[in-house]
Amino acid sequence: MNLLGKLSWSAIPFDQPIVMGASGGMILGIVFVLGLVTLKGYVPYLWREWITSVDHKRIGVMYLVLAMLMLLRGFSDAIMMRAQLAVAAGGAQGYLPPEHFDQIFSAHGTIMIFFVAMPLVIGLMNFAVPLQLGIRDMAFPTLNSVSLGLTASGILLTNVSLFIGEFAKTGWVAYPPLSELQFSPGVGVDYYLWSLQISGVGTLLTGINFVTTILKTRAPGMSYMRMPVFCWTALASNLLIVAAFPVLTAALSMLLLDRYLDFHFFSVDAGGNAMMYVNLFWVWGHPEVYILVLPAFGIYSEVSATFSGKPLFGYRSMVAATMVICVLAYTVWLHHFFTMGASANVNAFFGVASMIIAVPTGVKIFNWLFTMYGGRVRFTVPVLWTIGFMVTFVLGGLTGILLAVPPVDWQMHNSVFLVAHFHHVIIPGVVFAAFAGYTYWFPKAFGFKLDERWGRRAFWCWFIGFHVAFMPLYVLGLMGMTRRLQHYDVLAWHPWLLVAAAGVAIIFAGIVCQIVQLVVSIGAREELRDVTGDPWNGRTLEWSTASPPPAWNFAVLPRVAERDAYWTMKRLARAKQGEPAQAREYSAIELPNSSAIGLVTAFFAVVGGFALIWHIWWMAAFGVFGAFVALIVFAFRDEDEVEIPAERIGQFERMHKAEVTL
Amino acid sequence: MNIAAVIEEAEVHHDTASNAGEAGPAPKRIVVAYGFWIFLLSDIVMFSALFAAYAVLARATAGGPGGAELFNQTSVAIETACLLASSYSCGLMALAIGSRRRGGTYLFALVTFVLGAAFLALELREFSDMIARGATPQSSAFLSAFFTLVGCHGLHVTAGLIWLAVMMAQLAIKGLRANVERRLICFSLFWHALDIVWVWLFTVVYLMGVHA
Repeated sequence: MNLLGKLSWSAIPFDQPIVMGASGGMILGIVFVLGLVTLKGYVPYLWREWITSVDHKRIGVMYLVLAMLMLLRGFSDAIMMRAQLAVAAGGAQGYLPPEHFDQIFSAHGTIMIFFVAMPLVIGLMNFAVPLQLGIRDMAFPTLNSVSLGLTASGILLTNVSLFIGEFAKTGWVAYPPLSELQFSPGVGVDYYLWSLQISGVGTLLTGINFVTTILKTRAPGMSYMRMPVFCWTALASNLLIVAAFPVLTAALSMLLLDRYLDFHFFSVDAGGNAMMYVNLFWVWGHPEVYILVLPAFGIYSEVSATFSGKPLFGYRSMVAATMVICVLAYTVWLHHFFTMGASANVNAFFGVASMIIAVPTGVKIFNWLFTMYGGRVRFTVPVLWTIGFMVTFVLGGLTGILLAVPPVDWQMHNSVFLVAHFHHVIIPGVVFAAFAGYTYWFPKAFGFKLDERWGRRAFWCWFIGFHVAFMPLYVLGLMGMTRRLQHYDVLAWHPWLLVAAAGVAIIFAGIVCQIVQLVVSIGAREELRDVTGDPWNGRTLEWSTASPPPAWNFAVLPRVAERDAYWTMKRLARAKQGEPAQAREYSAIELPNSSAIGLVTAFFAVVGGFALIWHIWWMAAFGVFGAFVALIVFAFRDEDEVEIPAERIGQFERMHKAEVTL
Repeated sequence: MNIAAVIEEAEVHHDTASNAGEAGPAPKRIVVAYGFWIFLLSDIVMFSALFAAYAVLARATAGGPGGAELFNQTSVAIETACLLASSYSCGLMALAIGSRRRGGTYLFALVTFVLGAAFLALELREFSDMIARGATPQSSAFLSAFFTLVGCHGLHVTAGLIWLAVMMAQLAIKGLRANVERRLICFSLFWHALDIVWVWLFTVVYLMGVHA
C-alpha cells in the first residue's frame, strides 16, 4: 500500500521544457504576487474585505478576476495550437508532440467554457443582479461565497495538472470509450472529472441562489414585468443551470464509477453504452450554451437601451424570446451528434427544433436594432462591442442553421467548419458581451471609468483578429480538414492556417490593449472618477446608488413604480425640482457576517479532489471529513448578522449626497 | 429633491398590495424553504438522469442475472413500508415543531431516524446478498446502473440520517430558534422528496424489473 497513491516524482514532466517553462512561470508569478501582497501588508485587508466577504459585489469582482486570469491561460493554449498548425504542414511535426497537443486542445476547451465563460457570466450576474433588483444582497450570501470557493478549486486543480501529472487528452467533452481507464490510463481524465465535479457543485449552488434571489427577494414594487432584461436573462440562465448541471454531475459520476470502480456504464464490454454518455453530456451541454449566451443578451439589452437614451424596444417580446429559448434549449441536444445513427425522423426533429431557436434569437436582434433606431446612440466602448456582436453573431448563427440540417452536418461533422461555427457564436455572443458588461459596470464597481481610447483599440483588434482567425477555418472545413489534428499532409491548407495564426496574433494585440487599458485607467483614475454614481445616464437601479456602492447597496430599499425604475425616478425628480427636500430617515440595517467558510470549503475540496485524482485514499477521507466538520462548525455559529447603525448609513448618504439626490 | 421621497409619493396612488410580486423581499423563512425547493428540484433532475441510464441499461445484463432473478420482493416491500412510515412520522415531527412541542419533536425525530436506519439496513443487506451471489456492480451494465441508482438514493437517506442527528443536537443545544426551525423544515422537505424518489424507484426498478 502506497501512502501517496499513484503520485511519484515521475508525475512532474522534467523532460518537457515547454511544460516546465510554463508551470515555472506560473509558480513564480504566484509566489511573486503572494510575496508582494505579504510584504506590502495587504493580507489583513484582503482577508477582511475580499476573501471572507459575502458581499455579492466583491464576489462578482473576484469571479471576474479569476475569469480574466484563466482567459490568459486558455488563450495561451490557443496561441500554441495555432502556432503548431502554422508550422506542422507536409512532413513537419511542429514543436508540440501529439500527447502534448492533445492536452492543450482539451485544456483550451475545458478552461474557456468552464473557467472563463462561466465565471465571466456568473461574475457579472453577481455584481449587477442584486443592484438591479434594488436589494442588499443575494438570497444566500454565504452560500455565494462557497460557490466562488468551489469554482476556484476546480480552476486550481485544472492548473495543477499542468505541473503535476497531465490533463485529459480526450477533448473537452471526454467521450468514452476513449476516456475510460482502458484507453486513458493516466490521471488526465481524472483531473478533468474532479475539477468539473467540484466546480459544477459551485455552479449549481449559484443557480439555486440566483433563482431564489430573483423570484423571492425583489425590491418593493418590482413586479416581473418591471425587472430589467438582464435580470430576466439571469433568471432564465439560472433556471437552466438548476435543470442542466445535475445531468452533467450524473454523467461525470457514471464515468468516474467506470474509471474508479470498474463499473460498466460506458465501457465497450459487459453491456456498456458509450452513446449514453454523449447524450447525457449534451443534455447538459446544449442548455449550457444558453446559460452563457442569455445573460450576454441581457447585457446587450442594457447597453443598447442606455446608450440610445430610449427604453428597450419590445420589452415583452424580449422577455418572451428569452423564456422560449430557455425551454427550447432542452429540445436540441442531439444536433451535437447527428452522426450517432439515430433514425432520420429523430434527426429531423432535432434539426427542425434547432432551426426554430433562430426565431426568438432573431426577435432579439430586431429588438436591439429598433432600440438603436431613432435613438441618440453614444458610440462608447460597450456600444462598439454590442454592434460588433450583432454583425458577427448573425453570421455565426447562420452557419449554425447550416449545421442544423442533418445531411449538411454529416458532411461537416468534426471538421474545423464546426470549430469556426461555435467560436463564431461564442466569442461575439459571450466574450464580447462580457467585455461590454465589464466596461459598462466597471465605474459602478470601482468609482472610475475605463479609458476609452484603449478600449476602442482593444475592440478593433478583437473584432478584426476574430475574423482573420476564424473565417479561414470555414474554408478549411469545406476543404475537409478535421478538428484536433496535430499535423497534416495537405499543403493546400497551409496558407489558410497561416492566416488563422495571424488572426490569433491580432487578438493577442487586443488582449494587450485591454491590459494597458486597465493600467492606464488605474493611473488616471482621478480624471476618470465618476462622482455621480450614474456615469452613463442609466435607466436601472444600480445607477441610483453611489459608485462603488456601500456594503448595504441602498440606504432605503427603492420602491419601484415603473419599468426602467431609475429613469422614472430621475424624471419625477426633475419635475419636482425647486420643492424643498425632505429629510430622510434611516434605520439600522442587518448585513450578513463575513465568513471564512468559502475558503475552508475550497481548501478541503482541493485537498480531497487532488487526493482522489491520485488515489491517495487517506487524504481523500481527510478532505471529505474536513469539509463535513467545517459544515457542522458553521451550522453551530451564533452570530450570523452584523448590524449597521442608522447613524453610519446617514453619514455615508450625506457624504455621497450627489449620488442619491438630483 | 430626494428621489426616494419622490417615489414614495408616487407610490401613494399605486396599490402595491394588489400584487404579491410587488410586495418586496419575502421573509427569510420563505426564502430559505423556497431555495431548498429549488435544490430538491435539481436533485430530482440528477435522479432522472440516473433513471434514464437505468432504463437504457436495464436489459444489458451481459448474460448475467436480471432483476427477476435478483430482487427479493418481500424485503423490498418491508423497506418501502419503513420509508413511507418514516415520512409519516417526519410529518408528525413537523406538526410538533409547529406547535412548539420539544418532546414531540424529539420523539418523532427518533421514530423517523429508526425507521430510516431500518430501511438502510435492509437495503445494505439486499446489496450484500446480491454481491455474495456474484451479482456485483462490476459484472454487467444493468447491475452498474442498478447499484448506482439505488445506492444514490441510499446515500441520500444516509445523509438525511446524519442531518437529522445533527439537527437534534442543535435543537438540544440551541433550542428551537428561527434558524434551527428553518433547517428542520428543510429536512422534512428533503425526507419527503426521498420518499417520492423511492416510490418511482420501487415502481421502475422493482415492480417493472420483475415483470420484464
